[in-house]
Amino acid sequence: MNRVYLDFNATTPVEPEVLDAMLPYFSGEFANAASIHTPGQRARAAVETAREQVAALIGARPQEIVFTSGGTESDNHAIFGIVNPLVSGPFPSLDKNDDFPPHRHVLSQHKHVITTAIEHEAVLNTCQALEKDGVAVTYLSVARDGRVDPGAVRRAIQTGRSAPNSISSNIPPATTLITIMHANNELGTIQPLEEIGRIAKEADVYFHADAVQSGGKIPIDVNTLQVDLLSISGHKLYAPKGIGALYVRGGTRLRQLLYGGHHQRGFRPGTENVAGIVGLGKAAELARKSLAEDARRLSALRDQLQQGLLRRVPQSRVNGGEAPRTPNTTNLVFPGVEGEALLIALDLKGLACSTGAACSSGAVEPSHVLTAIGLPPEEARASLRFSLGRHTAPADIDFALNVVPAAVAQLRELSPTFRKEAAAKT
Amino acid sequence: MNAAVQFDTLPERAETQRGLVAVAMSGGVDSSAVAALLQQQGRAVVGLTMQLWNQRRLPELQGDGPAQHRCCSLDDVYDAKAVAQHLNFPHYVVNFEEQFEARVVRPFVDQYLAGRTPIACTNCNTDVKFEPLLRMARQIGAECLATGHYARIRENHATGRWELLRARDDSKDQSYFLWGLSQEQLSRSDFPLGELTKEEVRALARRANLPVAEKPESMELCFVPTGNYVQFIQAYSQERAIPVQNGEGEIVNETGDVVGRHDGVHNFTIGQRKGLGFAAGKPLYVLSIDPEKNRVVVGEDDVLRKTLCDIEGVNWISCEMPSAPLRALAKIRHKHEPAPATIEQLDAATARVTFDAPQRAITPGQAVVFYDGDAVLGGGWIR
Repeated sequence: MNRVYLDFNATTPVEPEVLDAMLPYFSGEFANAASIHTPGQRARAAVETAREQVAALIGARPQEIVFTSGGTESDNHAIFGIVNPLVSGPFPSLDKNDDFPPHRHVLSQHKHVITTAIEHEAVLNTCQALEKDGVAVTYLSVARDGRVDPGAVRRAIQTGRSAPNSISSNIPPATTLITIMHANNELGTIQPLEEIGRIAKEADVYFHADAVQSGGKIPIDVNTLQVDLLSISGHKLYAPKGIGALYVRGGTRLRQLLYGGHHQRGFRPGTENVAGIVGLGKAAELARKSLAEDARRLSALRDQLQQGLLRRVPQSRVNGGEAPRTPNTTNLVFPGVEGEALLIALDLKGLACSTGAACSSGAVEPSHVLTAIGLPPEEARASLRFSLGRHTAPADIDFALNVVPAAVAQLRELSPTFRKEAAAKT
Repeated sequence: MNAAVQFDTLPERAETQRGLVAVAMSGGVDSSAVAALLQQQGRAVVGLTMQLWNQRRLPELQGDGPAQHRCCSLDDVYDAKAVAQHLNFPHYVVNFEEQFEARVVRPFVDQYLAGRTPIACTNCNTDVKFEPLLRMARQIGAECLATGHYARIRENHATGRWELLRARDDSKDQSYFLWGLSQEQLSRSDFPLGELTKEEVRALARRANLPVAEKPESMELCFVPTGNYVQFIQAYSQERAIPVQNGEGEIVNETGDVVGRHDGVHNFTIGQRKGLGFAAGKPLYVLSIDPEKNRVVVGEDDVLRKTLCDIEGVNWISCEMPSAPLRALAKIRHKHEPAPATIEQLDAATARVTFDAPQRAITPGQAVVFYDGDAVLGGGWIR
């Protein structure tokens, strides 16, 4: 069967060049990068080259990159590392001669985190875990286009100072961390991180960005964005699964998440995944070189797919299409259709795409992102995401434009509610 | 047609994939055997497993017991996936939690709280399996939905009707739970196990090397993990803030004399004897339940026997709604020996059933199902 994959936001294939770069480090160059001997030093050199390559992709210094097991660990490390509810610091710093800002030295129950309602579960569920330990969390709502209002971020910041005449002995919480994703996985919406970064800087609050969906797709400069922490995932940018990175701005006091050896300056113990790290480095280098050209080509194909579907599927609409988006993503609602059934029907015809997030059993759950941008539940369930990849060809778009309208028509034909509504309109 | 809907290029009507059949797979041996059997017959198979109940709900019910007996336990989903992988056909888990709660769980709890004894499996068949799941099966291009039910479907060309028949294996027959199916639903359903015995099904599963061939059968209601439905009703009512006519009340005899106390009417079902004690040396049974007065009425066995009952939500299968009283064998619960009766349609949805001889414990919430030989004529809910 002819199979077309339009689900690159879920994962990407390992690029052949990336695989070639990795292969020597499984058997031939197998040494531990922490070993003192020559083979170990060669592995160390490969790791450090990769660190430079990843740093170059996001405008960071190599020593600000910590390799992790992926986006989820990076997000967890950033959030728990800054806002540990049980410990008040001080934490180790990447910059040894850095003074610890005393006002960040606050007790758990007085900490406050700002995030959004459309974050990935790796951030949302981490914030919910903090809440259980007494940390206050603000989940900012987003506009219909999926964008968060920087003004709302500014207004949500809490200083920790009591009102001048307050006689209460309760110390109000102070905002410790702002964590907002760069690009949304379901919509592709790009958040105004530059403005939010400026606000965080002015308020002297740590700022973390989950860049798992933007890394390798759009330019990232940690200094332009003024982020203190930024998460990257390997398998979203043509490196393998199980490798990721966390950018930690020099001077950031970050508590370690895992305890073990002194690998990666104690920030992230555990024998380094040399092959994975090399793969991530190579993938970052390839992404940096082809990013502009990929974006140009993919956005043209994406627009062609989107326009074609809008034209061929009656009543279809784009979700969050008004905002700037990652060039490869479009999310459409096909009213009168069960997205889950459409996904399966398309898969049986050879087209792979996605709806919402899958739960542990593999069943589709209603998307919290689509609900947050104001879609009623029946439209959230009638939505499908198409995400293109570096090797998506015009023929793939033609295939989708062929099978999707037919499948939607077949589903609507068998949908009692859609037929009732259609009949009512005549 | 809505004038606003303008087809630029009219989407071609997708042709139904010839022969594709969807199998509703629970992860048990029966539905797995269905998939194997259909595949052996040369049919293209797609497996669908319903996610019906969020296991994280009502955590107080989960206790320390093994997880494998929970509804929609991941183990069952993995078993279904393992079978699909073994036989090499596509398989999907599909989410029907909302529909299952609205059409099965909530009515089940409401009925119990109203002093009735509901049959959740019938609601699940009529309103979930052969409704949204069957529709999804058709939407993804399948001709019909096959399930592991022990019953048979036959098209009667003389009458033009789809008939529902008892299973060949009388000890496994599940036709009592399927009386609510419409002609449309039956025409798109397939029960491949109707001609087989349980032993033959297991043998088939073993021959096909299915990973679930030796899996034990589950007998409990799938969404009541502990098998203790009283506990489930309490926990669910609390979670959904359903007002419960709670706690203690009076147990009275037929003349209204108080003979004891009870701890909540939902603990009782008609005909129940357990925990009621004796009167003048004769055992007592629950005769009726009055949730409004929070009372349980008890009496002796002979009072429990009745000849008459009214049924609602009547559905006719093998024949159209009869205009004259109809003689049939009627069953008032799953394990009831069918008894001769006359069924008289009162209006479009209700009927009166008059048994030739009194029947013990005709219980509101259960169903009367009428048979003519092997054929299910129809059925209805006991008022």
